Amino acid sequence: MKTVFLEFEQPIGELEAKIEELRFVQEDSAVDISQEIERLQKKSQSLTKEIYAGLKSWQIAQVARHSQRPYTLDYIEALFSDFDELHGDRAFSDDPAIVGGIARFGDRPVMIIGHQKGRDTKDRIYRNFGQARPEGYRKALRLMRLAEKFSLPILTFIDTPGAYPGIGAEERGQSEAIGRNLYEMAALKTPIICTVIGEGGSGGALAIGVGDQMLMLQYSIYSVISPEGCAAILWKTPEKTSEAAEALGITSTRLKSLGLVDKIVPEPLGGAHRDSAMMAQNLKRALQDALKQVDSIATMDELLDRRYERLMGYGKFKESRKG
Amino acid sequence: MSWFKKLLPPRIKRDKKSVKGSVPEGLWVKCGSCEAVLYRSDLESNLHVCPKCAHHIRISARTRLDCFLDPDNRFEIGSEIIPVDTLKFKDSRRYVDRLSEAGAATGESDALVVQQGTLKGVPLVVAAFEFEFMGGSMGSVVGERFVRAVDAAREQKIPFVCFLASGGARMQEGLLSLMQMAKTCAALTRLSHDRLPFISVLTDPTMGGVSASFAMIGDVVIAEPNALIGFAGPRVIEQTVREKLPEGFQRAEFLLEKGAIDMIVDRRQSRDRIANLLGQLMHLNSEPD
Repeated sequence: MKTVFLEFEQPIGELEAKIEELRFVQEDSAVDISQEIERLQKKSQSLTKEIYAGLKSWQIAQVARHSQRPYTLDYIEALFSDFDELHGDRAFSDDPAIVGGIARFGDRPVMIIGHQKGRDTKDRIYRNFGQARPEGYRKALRLMRLAEKFSLPILTFIDTPGAYPGIGAEERGQSEAIGRNLYEMAALKTPIICTVIGEGGSGGALAIGVGDQMLMLQYSIYSVISPEGCAAILWKTPEKTSEAAEALGITSTRLKSLGLVDKIVPEPLGGAHRDSAMMAQNLKRALQDALKQVDSIATMDELLDRRYERLMGYGKFKESRKG
Repeated sequence: MSWFKKLLPPRIKRDKKSVKGSVPEGLWVKCGSCEAVLYRSDLESNLHVCPKCAHHIRISARTRLDCFLDPDNRFEIGSEIIPVDTLKFKDSRRYVDRLSEAGAATGESDALVVQQGTLKGVPLVVAAFEFEFMGGSMGSVVGERFVRAVDAAREQKIPFVCFLASGGARMQEGLLSLMQMAKTCAALTRLSHDRLPFISVLTDPTMGGVSASFAMIGDVVIAEPNALIGFAGPRVIEQTVREKLPEGFQRAEFLLEKGAIDMIVDRRQSRDRIANLLGQLMHLNSEPD
């Protein structure tokens, strides 16, 4: 698959196109140009390193939304075996914007729940661009209860622009569906490990994002509102999107420093989509570590107490003297 | 501009928000819905419900608490918790400036006021959102005060009632605001575990991250007539689906019809109705009035 380069990656894109061209020529060329190719490849790598060392928040957001970025089903394929997808909320329908099911992680059966985006136009529409409706969150909750019943740890993968703002979604109780998940996940009697793999879009992301460990891929984002939405409301112009992205503090490093994220999972040079096999390996290791962490907690009561304390710890404020 | 126009006084700017939103100062008040001109003290004694058309005018958190709680034996919870600008957030204005402006305009230090008191003699904790404080948005202080309200209710084994009026999460605190949704809901799991009632009263408007967290988790969910309640704002939805929204969409009556809330209660009956509900949930003997 040909890599799609983002606007700020154009210099890398041009180099890569040149390399591609040379490779093509090399096949029926008498002159050995492999050294030249190697030189350009090195140059491309160092250029990528340079560009990625100074990424702005808005640029990271674009990497997080890259059309070739691995999605939940890609990670399920790469990291797990014997996946059985489970469908439907048992009340209204099945929401393809959230996938879930049982699989083995190594030897261990786990419950997987994640947002799912589509790869091509048809698929994107089918997945509703990863924007879940109430039935998606209710399916997720049903699977979480199933996991609780059979003592399966839950691994969630967050990758959504947000919950779907549609007429039907409102009619069927989008607010209630999200709120209910937050409420239930806070006290669910099984370990929950959440990973933002791409876009963590507001309440629609949080609705499968309450747990015992919070991981973020290096170039993923997590935000209370999209930078575009924030710019439109507070700056009243879409031109300020980049500034809004910076101000909101949506990147993994910023959120880790705020204590809202436990671990940043490193991505390959140029983002997860440049080497999805390596990305899968990194994520696998991070999830194994996270599971080890929750396994080390002796009792379910202690796990739940720690989860509660963790949730109560969210927020920054001052406490003045009483009165 | 002609010399004649210059002589005329500038056209009086009608602040739509203050007409529709809260009660402006003055002896006479115009109802934002039916435009009837009302005597201010009449309106106040009618709990800011228009006597002509029953339009529920938005009220401040403190007015709400005054309308709802018994006058005596009240004290405030969590007022010592005050906001900080963790992200050093600045759009067209700095967050700290917005905070102090909102403080000056409302007399509050953030968008949630919590009091313990009694309702017809029954002790309880009540939280009320101040919509005029940055659109009643929920940041760290709102979340923490909410938790302290729940903790106080648990400590004394008394019910908790929350009156909502909010545009959603507070953008200026970034992801910290989003996490308040999880924090407030988590606190309610403990209240529920103690079998203490949580009654959620949705007033105009209850939207976004506040709507999509504890608003719908009430043991009983009540709304005021015609209150706008929803996850996404009507404009966002219209832009997304590119069709006209149905009549009465996201209004309290619409939610009742769709099964999202238990009941619609007129503000003037809320003391009676909620006291009755709590009395039954808490197995209290009914007292003759």
